[in-house]
Amino acid sequence: MSHPATELRPDLAVIADQIEPGSRVLDIGCGDGALMLALREKACDVRGIEIDGACVERCVSQGLSVVQGDADRDLGDYPDKGFDYAVLSQTLQTAERPDRMLGELLRVGNRAFVSFPNFAHWRTRAALMFGGRMPVTRAIPVSWYETQNIHHVTILDFRDLAAEKGATIERDWYFAKERPIGRLAANSRAEFAVFELAR
Amino acid sequence: MSATSQTITLPGPLPLDGGGDLARVEVALETYGELNADRSNAILLCHALTGDQYVASAHPITGKPGWWERMVGPGKPIDTDRFHVICANVIGSCMGSTGPASAAPDGAPYAMRFPVITIRDMVRAHVGLLDALGIDRLHAVVGGSMGGMQALSLAANWPERTARVLVIASTSRHSAQNIAFHELGRQAIMADPRWKQGNYYGGEAPDNGLAVARMAAHITYLSEEALTGKFGRNLQDRDAKSFGFDADFQVESYLRYQGSGFTRRFDANSYLYITRAMDYFDLAEEHGGRLANAFAGADARFCLVSFDSDWLYPTSESRHVVHALNAAGAAVSFVELSAPHGHDSFLLDVPALDRVIGGFLG
Repeated sequence: MSHPATELRPDLAVIADQIEPGSRVLDIGCGDGALMLALREKACDVRGIEIDGACVERCVSQGLSVVQGDADRDLGDYPDKGFDYAVLSQTLQTAERPDRMLGELLRVGNRAFVSFPNFAHWRTRAALMFGGRMPVTRAIPVSWYETQNIHHVTILDFRDLAAEKGATIERDWYFAKERPIGRLAANSRAEFAVFELAR
Repeated sequence: MSATSQTITLPGPLPLDGGGDLARVEVALETYGELNADRSNAILLCHALTGDQYVASAHPITGKPGWWERMVGPGKPIDTDRFHVICANVIGSCMGSTGPASAAPDGAPYAMRFPVITIRDMVRAHVGLLDALGIDRLHAVVGGSMGGMQALSLAANWPERTARVLVIASTSRHSAQNIAFHELGRQAIMADPRWKQGNYYGGEAPDNGLAVARMAAHITYLSEEALTGKFGRNLQDRDAKSFGFDADFQVESYLRYQGSGFTRRFDANSYLYITRAMDYFDLAEEHGGRLANAFAGADARFCLVSFDSDWLYPTSESRHVVHALNAAGAAVSFVELSAPHGHDSFLLDVPALDRVIGGFLG
């Protein structure tokens, strides 16, 4: 379970790289704790929320501070601006109300990192347009009836939502085939996006 | 495993939450593993209602192995090769620490003259013990069930005394249902004619009442699934129902066995006093009605564990504590483990618990 930072998923690697050493970080939907372990190496005070009990157990047995809970419900307990950064990786699209979750993220953290699979990637578009069925792609690997992704989102949608929430996009990163790509036509070329927000 | 048994007399009277103080307090304890040179590797283990200090050594009355021997020992999750483990009998109990069976200043047993104590009083005695042992700050305080209440109370009232707080299958307050089950047990004891207003020492003890109290409580420690799996509707040593009130069913026989076995090792008055202390426990009430206040400024790391089959102190109670700790900005971990046994899961074979405890203690 413990990955050196070099083996981090690309979106997590970007986030780990950007966060200042010694920061207070809340990782929402922290999974097996890969990002938390990388941030602990940077002397960050890092906390996690994760819904999956087996993941929480793995995190706690590695000495990470992770609370088993549902980010849709439990973020409300955390004080305003209690963290330098709030991180939401690959979780926004699973939220009951992504708009509210983004608001909570910007409430508990001075800054926020959000990463998500881009539903406007050309493969997704092609699968829907030519296949006529809900896309199952590398970035969205689970069929429509069992996916946790209940709120698919595109890069343009996210930019709109961020603006609506009064957040400024400080920085953005795009990935295809696990590698960084440029900003040009990212909404159709990127499989994943990472945004750094502030409000 | 090699354990050191000792009884320490606290240097002064112990002030009590109910007013007044307890004049002379003895605390009986077992220790395991070496205390290191800078006295920083001590773990205080807090026992449950009917537990005692014999966490990893044979019980002097029953001869049974320690109640958490699977967890505490060399190379075990609470590793006595690395940690100095202290387990003290709570005041009010009956295994060597001062309780209702102890002699009052007039030389006769306290019986019901023993003051009603609280969980915080128990912990105040533990803190007195740590002072006597020269331990300023624990590596961790660990407890399940009532032991978890003590761990929370220590963290809330003496936050400087511990770096880690591990609370298993516990709660920050007793619910109406919890109080109701305890009242049932107390009434069973007090209805036993041998109870005699608590003045039974030197004569026959109210074993029937105490056994019924234990039987009722024991049901709350197990899940329905565990009872069904263990006994179902199986009959005990017979092929047909007796059409009488003998223990026809295995579950009846089991409960009777649990009840009578318990009376050999436990004092009925201690049962009254300790259940009362638990019923009075409400950590928020002690801190202005807001649980997060109890943990304001806490710099310890916390870990709470609940079990999905525990209906005595269900997961929602642990979550309630976790929410307060989050609101207070404390470093907290929480996991609900899946185990079939009910509340008693914390004492039984749940490998995930071993991993969580080992990982949290570091």
